[in-house]
Amino acid sequence: MDILEMTATQLGAAVKSGEVTVKQALDAYFEKIDKYDKTYHCYNTLCRDEAYKRAEEVQKGIDSKTLTSPLAGVPIGIKDNICTKDIKTTCSSKILENFVPPYNATVVERLEKAGMIVIGKLNMDEFAMGSTTETSATGATHNPWDIQKVPGGSSGGSAAAVSAGLAVAALGSDTGGSIRQPCSFCGVTGLKPTYGSVSRYGLVAYASSLDQIGPIGNTVEDCANLFEIISGKDEKDGTSMEFPHFSAEKALAGNVKGVKIGIPRDYIGEGIAEDVKKAVLDAAETFKSLGAEVELFDMPIVKYAIPAYYIIACAEACSNLSRYDGIKYGYKSANARNLRETYIKSRSEGFGMEVKRRIMLGNFVLSSGYYDAYYQKALKAKKLIQQSFFEAFEKYDMVLGPVAPTTALKMGESLSDPLKMYLGDIYTVMVNIAGVPSVSAPCGFDREGMPVGMQLIGKPFGETEILNAAKAFEDATDYHTKKPVLK
Amino acid sequence: MEWEIVMGLEVHTELSTKTKIFCNCSTQFGGEPNTHVCEICSGMPGTLPLLNENVVRYAVRTGVATNCEITQYNKFDRKNYFYPDLPKAYQISQLYLPICRNGYIEVTGGDGSPKRIRIHEIHMEEDAGKLIHDEWEDCTMVDYNRCGVPLLEIVSEPDFRSAAEVIEYLERLSAVLQYIGVSDCKMQEGSLRADVNLSVRPKGSEKFGVRTEMKNMNSFKAIGRAIEYEANRQIELLEDGKEVVQETRRWDDGKGVSVAMRSKEDAQDYKYFPEPDIPPIEISDEYIEQIRNAMPELPEAKKRRYIEELGLPEYDTGIITGSIYLVKLFEKTVEITNNPKDSANWIMGELMKLLNDTQTLPENMSFREESLGELINLVNSGKINRGTGKKVLEKVFCDNVDPAKYVEENNLAQVTDTGAIKAVIEEVIANNEKSVNEYKGGKTQAFQYLIGQSMRALRGKAPAAEVQKILKELLG
Amino acid sequence: MTIDKTLVRYLESLARIELTDEQREETEKDLQDILTYIDTLNELPTDGVQPLSHSFPVTNVMRQDEVKMHNTRDDILKNAPEEKDGCFVVPKTVE
Repeated sequence: MDILEMTATQLGAAVKSGEVTVKQALDAYFEKIDKYDKTYHCYNTLCRDEAYKRAEEVQKGIDSKTLTSPLAGVPIGIKDNICTKDIKTTCSSKILENFVPPYNATVVERLEKAGMIVIGKLNMDEFAMGSTTETSATGATHNPWDIQKVPGGSSGGSAAAVSAGLAVAALGSDTGGSIRQPCSFCGVTGLKPTYGSVSRYGLVAYASSLDQIGPIGNTVEDCANLFEIISGKDEKDGTSMEFPHFSAEKALAGNVKGVKIGIPRDYIGEGIAEDVKKAVLDAAETFKSLGAEVELFDMPIVKYAIPAYYIIACAEACSNLSRYDGIKYGYKSANARNLRETYIKSRSEGFGMEVKRRIMLGNFVLSSGYYDAYYQKALKAKKLIQQSFFEAFEKYDMVLGPVAPTTALKMGESLSDPLKMYLGDIYTVMVNIAGVPSVSAPCGFDREGMPVGMQLIGKPFGETEILNAAKAFEDATDYHTKKPVLK
Repeated sequence: MEWEIVMGLEVHTELSTKTKIFCNCSTQFGGEPNTHVCEICSGMPGTLPLLNENVVRYAVRTGVATNCEITQYNKFDRKNYFYPDLPKAYQISQLYLPICRNGYIEVTGGDGSPKRIRIHEIHMEEDAGKLIHDEWEDCTMVDYNRCGVPLLEIVSEPDFRSAAEVIEYLERLSAVLQYIGVSDCKMQEGSLRADVNLSVRPKGSEKFGVRTEMKNMNSFKAIGRAIEYEANRQIELLEDGKEVVQETRRWDDGKGVSVAMRSKEDAQDYKYFPEPDIPPIEISDEYIEQIRNAMPELPEAKKRRYIEELGLPEYDTGIITGSIYLVKLFEKTVEITNNPKDSANWIMGELMKLLNDTQTLPENMSFREESLGELINLVNSGKINRGTGKKVLEKVFCDNVDPAKYVEENNLAQVTDTGAIKAVIEEVIANNEKSVNEYKGGKTQAFQYLIGQSMRALRGKAPAAEVQKILKELLG
Repeated sequence: MTIDKTLVRYLESLARIELTDEQREETEKDLQDILTYIDTLNELPTDGVQPLSHSFPVTNVMRQDEVKMHNTRDDILKNAPEEKDGCFVVPKTVE
């Protein structure tokens, strides 16, 4: 089997059996990246030298059987907001264009310990703010299924790379849908884990109470194996939690017999594209045929999710992004004549427009006089949204819905109208607000041949259940095997 | 018109934990710039704070010692502002749920009776870095060593009516903080800082006047001077029919004036909100009880015990218990000498004189704690006389010498061999025939002169009583 | 909520960001659209609801008070746009 045809888990097995060397795997991927990434722009930075150097060590570890993870020796791409020691981490922003972290994010430490090899840093919306990867200061990533279309965002580089086969697996981050939505647009699988199940240490913060790192892959199995590696309590992240050890093996049973699945009516009502709705309802039928019980239910709070999300996310963002000032790291304006101008010019020249907009919105909702009416109100809505999910989980094992109201949009289409772009997050942001996990998996194509994704939303720490259901669906369908033809 | 001064205090005290509040960097004072700094306290992207458990412990201890209620469900909040000494551009602090509330400290009121100064709240937060102004190159250099050192901010109610009350409160507060081991309260190193909110109003009025906030006072004395200056300034303004502007003023102790700090060009709004990176802290009844039970003896209790059990004068106990460093020295000295009175006398007399003469604060004494007791034992046992003792204490104080060794090496011990003393005195008698005759003729001064000569010949090392006795015998 | 230029300028100032006139024009409109939408949240009854700042009831995550040094000064300073004598450098902060 061709290296580039293998899933991450298959490649791991081939390396372990000696069929493929770690170096051969790297060669194959770098060669493909060299050929196609000019067109798709998935990567901000490639770390070829570091990767080959590590490959030697990893090969030794595999040969001596000290590295036993199913993904040992497998190359991986990392979203460019996850800190990598001595490798540039830019968040696709001019303000961090030359930032080289002196430390590794905890997830990177864990990948390396498992013998995985970081091959590059993947493009994204600037500071993860956006749903198209067009707000990147390094230029937009293109959707491998249609070069005129966006890959989604903010982890657009990660999803597009996996879809185009320029990475066998990747890490993304999801604050309001940033893993799931690009996975849906690019036809790959991704997991937004339960808040607190993966360490955020080293993830450049956008909205701290919502951000989670998660895996993106070609199959549920790849995501489960990756999640097993990166999840678990980290003493460096006070919000990371102790929970029963996740076992990929258990999550891959692929059995949904007797599983109760609820679909919120409010997820398939007004505003959803017909093809998307059809694909999701077809998926529901598939689940039924596999022995699951599927039922519609009402979740009227859905319409308040976007207001609550943008208040909370922007408030935290405006605070998290205040540290970029041209003093300690990153871009410093050459035009500043005094301290005040160092702040103002460095930030005005260093941040893109979408980031500025969200920072200003955040400043508004936190400013004195507005805090109670906006921020405090949003935290109450957060409580109610979480409650709605918990009530649904009293009746259902998981919730099924679309990831986004549409398939991938044409480039440039949503940039001109930020509100329209925000509204596209309607089905994803609730999951982050509630802190629950959700897996996004391909479930069809629209009439133009663009992939459609569904999401399965689980109880807190219910990753095993939702991955299991996604695996059952995957086993019964072939959407995940379809690949775009690259140009 | 008679005016009343109304003041409230915001005291910041750096906690003496080993590490910073949110990372494992050392809190040690000094050090080359940016050497006690890590990715977390320098605000690198992606880093997260992790709370030091001792900060909570010290805060609860402080609350218990200052009669506060302890908040059992605590959260941290972010206070957002831009300044180069604050690398994250927000300070992690507590706005909505401070850890301690509604306490008090007792001082002596204007009429001499005890007066409670109420503590509004105590909250935990992180210190900022240091800005060093480069005079030559027209720039400012930033050092983050102090950044993230844990602070307690202790906020009083506006209960002060005089500088004396303020200073007594600060003395008592810092004594308590030192006793319970949470802070060394060194004003010069900035581990205790007090900002004074001051307004004036016509005596008898209930309404508060417009207040100013004064910063940058580096000693109790400076605080006294700053209060006097600011009260007079406000009174003069009001008497001239002008208004007091609400502002922050910086005290310049050298010039003896306060100057309004330039109001910032840009909008200032701290935009507080709950810190998402730090889960809430719950404090159990058992935890508080444990801390209450382990509380060391506090200054007031110690003072009473010294008076009642050791029989020391009230004035002396007040001075000694005012500083944990004097208390420690005193208790160690008593342990060695088993003589509380002498121990207190040496501290109140000779040691105080040395502290005053050298302008040294008790916390900066650098000699071995046992030295004073050992020295007193040398004197009381007659090994050296009191005069020598004072001189040796000076060497102990300045150079941290070992008293016994110093006496030995410099041959300062008294001559106790009666034969040897006798021989010296016999020689003195032989050489001073005139005085001997005068004495025998009834002139008592002559005896004093002979004593003086004998002591001189003995280089002060013989017990005076002994010399007197032998001289008398020899003269018949 | 009505957004006007004065408010946009105030937010710029709070954020230490300066927009061009054109950007300000655009931002005024965008923020107005977004806030009008956000204001629909007012329709959600929230009386008696406790605000939820942390998703899950995790408490008391603390570390021991032990010194561990992770970084060298060079690690901390290597990304600084300007450095002098082991310090970060900013334009003079006092006049």
